[in-house]
Amino acid sequence: MSMINYASREINCKIVYYGPGLGGKTTNLENIYGKVKPDTRGKLISLATETERTLFFDFLPVDLGTIRGFKTRFHLYTVPGQVYYNASRKLILKNVDGIVFVADSQVERMEANIESMQNLYDNMAEYGYDLTKIPFVVQYNKRDLPNAASLSDLQAALNPGWEVTDPALQHVTPDPYHAGENLVDQLPTGEWVERAPYFEAVAISGEGVFDTLKAVSKRVLKALA
Amino acid sequence: MASATWSLTKLDIDAVSGALDRLLKATGAHSAMVVDRSGQLVTVAGQPVEFDTTSFATLAAADFSANDQLARLIGEADFTSLAHEGENESLYFVDVAHRLLLVVLFDKQTTLAIVRMLAPSVAAELAVIFNSALTRDHDNSVGGFGVLHGAEKEIDRLFS
Repeated sequence: MSMINYASREINCKIVYYGPGLGGKTTNLENIYGKVKPDTRGKLISLATETERTLFFDFLPVDLGTIRGFKTRFHLYTVPGQVYYNASRKLILKNVDGIVFVADSQVERMEANIESMQNLYDNMAEYGYDLTKIPFVVQYNKRDLPNAASLSDLQAALNPGWEVTDPALQHVTPDPYHAGENLVDQLPTGEWVERAPYFEAVAISGEGVFDTLKAVSKRVLKALA
Repeated sequence: MASATWSLTKLDIDAVSGALDRLLKATGAHSAMVVDRSGQLVTVAGQPVEFDTTSFATLAAADFSANDQLARLIGEADFTSLAHEGENESLYFVDVAHRLLLVVLFDKQTTLAIVRMLAPSVAAELAVIFNSALTRDHDNSVGGFGVLHGAEKEIDRLFS
């Protein structure tokens, strides 16, 4: 839930990085932490196990600029990816404003990606949240690895789109991040579908990390506009 | 929609600060803060704190939420308060309207018993203020949503 504080002139929003274990969620935050100016970010907090696997969450607050005199403060969280930490994942999702799903592109991790995406839908539904109606982007990480699945396979499995039933929204909407592709489109069967924006990334080198962050942040703020 | 927006006016914050100041005076605690249950700091009152309040707010909310889940595991609806006692510094958390937390920070100048006795009534007072703010935004009768209304182009520029 975004909070607008007129006294401190801040807009506070919560973004959660979700996805399977070892997919690169923490690496995204570490890369952001390392690259933004120190005066625009707070401490990176990691509640991790002794083997540096996320136990509860990682947290990084960043300021992404000022609009109309209000500082935009984004609180970035990761969730633990391992299946058995679902209670922690659910807690972190509470009052979320935007979601980044960090998928592991490796072919061997496809099942884990699908399981995590289903888990995300389920946990959101338990709170009464509708993933198709909140700012949501998908990041395909580890694109540099030789065993990375094709984009089309990943999109088909993880981001096939959801049906658009509102006639007012049934119009072709170009994907601003990929020329020639659409976010809202009509299938040959006549059905209208919308897909989440997606990004290719190599989080360990920073490639695609900020594109992902900018896209989800922009969608969060536009949801307030 | 996942969650709506809510806003706090300067009047809201002044009312909250007034309640916190009264609590600090009555208990002898040195600082108090209000934290949104999603981990966002709303306001802090009393002696200036030297630690990172953003991190503190996030960890406090997570701590309280984790304890809420523990409560459910043992068959309780929730735990409405939580105390951490240190050698020199201690913390007392009280739920506010199931949406926020009142966190009281105190040292040996006072006792947990006094804080525990007086904090709930202030939490109830805060609940009235915050419920009013939440309802107001829900009704959209005050300009809570207005700050970014029509700001699409400015948002585009911010991320260009």
